[in-house]
Amino acid sequence: MIRNSNFIHILRFVLLVLVQVLVFNQMNFLGFINPMVYILYLFWFPIKENRMLFIGMGFLLGFIIDLFSDTLALHTAATVTIAYLRPAVMRFVFGVNYEFQSFRLSNTTRVQQFTFLALLILIHHVVFFTLEIFSLANLLLILKKVVFNALGSIILCLLLSSLFSTSKE
Amino acid sequence: MQQIINFIIRFKTTLLFFLLLLISLFLTVQSHTYHRSIFFNSSNRISGSLYKTSNDISKYFKLNSENDDLLEHNQELLNKLFNASRADTMELDTAGARYRVTAAKVIKNSFGNRKNYITIDRGTEQGIRQDMGVITAKGILGIVEACSKNYSVVQSILNTNSNINAKIKNTNNFGSLTWDARGFDRVQLEDIPRLVQLMVGDTIVTGAMSSIFPEDIPIGVISKFDLNVSKSFYQIDVDLFNDMTNIKNVYIIENMDRPEILELQSTVENDPE
Repeated sequence: MIRNSNFIHILRFVLLVLVQVLVFNQMNFLGFINPMVYILYLFWFPIKENRMLFIGMGFLLGFIIDLFSDTLALHTAATVTIAYLRPAVMRFVFGVNYEFQSFRLSNTTRVQQFTFLALLILIHHVVFFTLEIFSLANLLLILKKVVFNALGSIILCLLLSSLFSTSKE
Repeated sequence: MQQIINFIIRFKTTLLFFLLLLISLFLTVQSHTYHRSIFFNSSNRISGSLYKTSNDISKYFKLNSENDDLLEHNQELLNKLFNASRADTMELDTAGARYRVTAAKVIKNSFGNRKNYITIDRGTEQGIRQDMGVITAKGILGIVEACSKNYSVVQSILNTNSNINAKIKNTNNFGSLTWDARGFDRVQLEDIPRLVQLMVGDTIVTGAMSSIFPEDIPIGVISKFDLNVSKSFYQIDVDLFNDMTNIKNVYIIENMDRPEILELQSTVENDPE
């Protein structure tokens, strides 16, 4: 059982990296919108796991994406940040509920899941584009990029997650 | 001591987070400098061959337009060749040649970021080295920044670090070509003094100062110009000839005299008064 779930994690990791670098990094919709769907990995990561491991995985994921897209280490900084902040975000979205043993992501409402995902993506994009542009003089540019890329990422992440979600029945 | 260990154990997650964040910030800041680490980029073996495989598949969908482009380029070159007023014999010996050209294919392109890099499928095995110029049939593309055995990463002109010597065609007024990241079809030419006569539509080509590019390689046309803050230099927008979103066949130019030029320049610079 445990080996099985590890296998699923590794498979998910590899597939998300591949789909990100081969498909979504090449999209350039309207010239600058590249949805970042690999955030789904951090969204799906089991809640009960060790936090250190989770941050480590975030680092690894971001680093690999960075290697492929020649943006050393923008993605890494962003993924490490959301990996660290995820428990706080979850407490905000799901209340104290999420600390119970019986808590599962699939048992929560759609609105909660959406808020959770949207917050993760928003934090990720704010860190990413602030570091990429790296000047407050271009605050408007940062905002524009964050808003439009976050919209794109949220839409595609929702589509992908509904495609692969385990049915509630 | 006990307290320090307790502190570390209590905040181990936070400490790990800050450690990893620091590493990534360090790498980010490091990549703002011109020469980046040779290993951590998309020319390494794994990512290079992945992009190559994906490119091998997707290139079949573009063969027609690729052929048309190459045909057009050939026609242009033949036109030049037949109309050139020169001796009717060509020297076949390349020993005296100043430039050597290698053809390559783009396997990964980006233009949406502020620092854009292009990966091509030629590397040190094919004689590519750092700081060689890369052009397409239409105009310049960038400068080779890092090579692995079979792949190279090119710093695109759409990169805020990029700085290339350029001039207005048929004059010797040169400036430097930079990019302000506001659009992937437009770059900026700076340091042209205000007494130069400019027209919208003037052609911009590479200058002779660079030891990377040959002179007179087309770049683009002036789309807009006005004076900068100090009113002594122009701030010029240049529309690129290249469609940076759609690039396949590129040529890498090696200047055989570059080591000699650099060596000569360094002896002058190192000379104390």
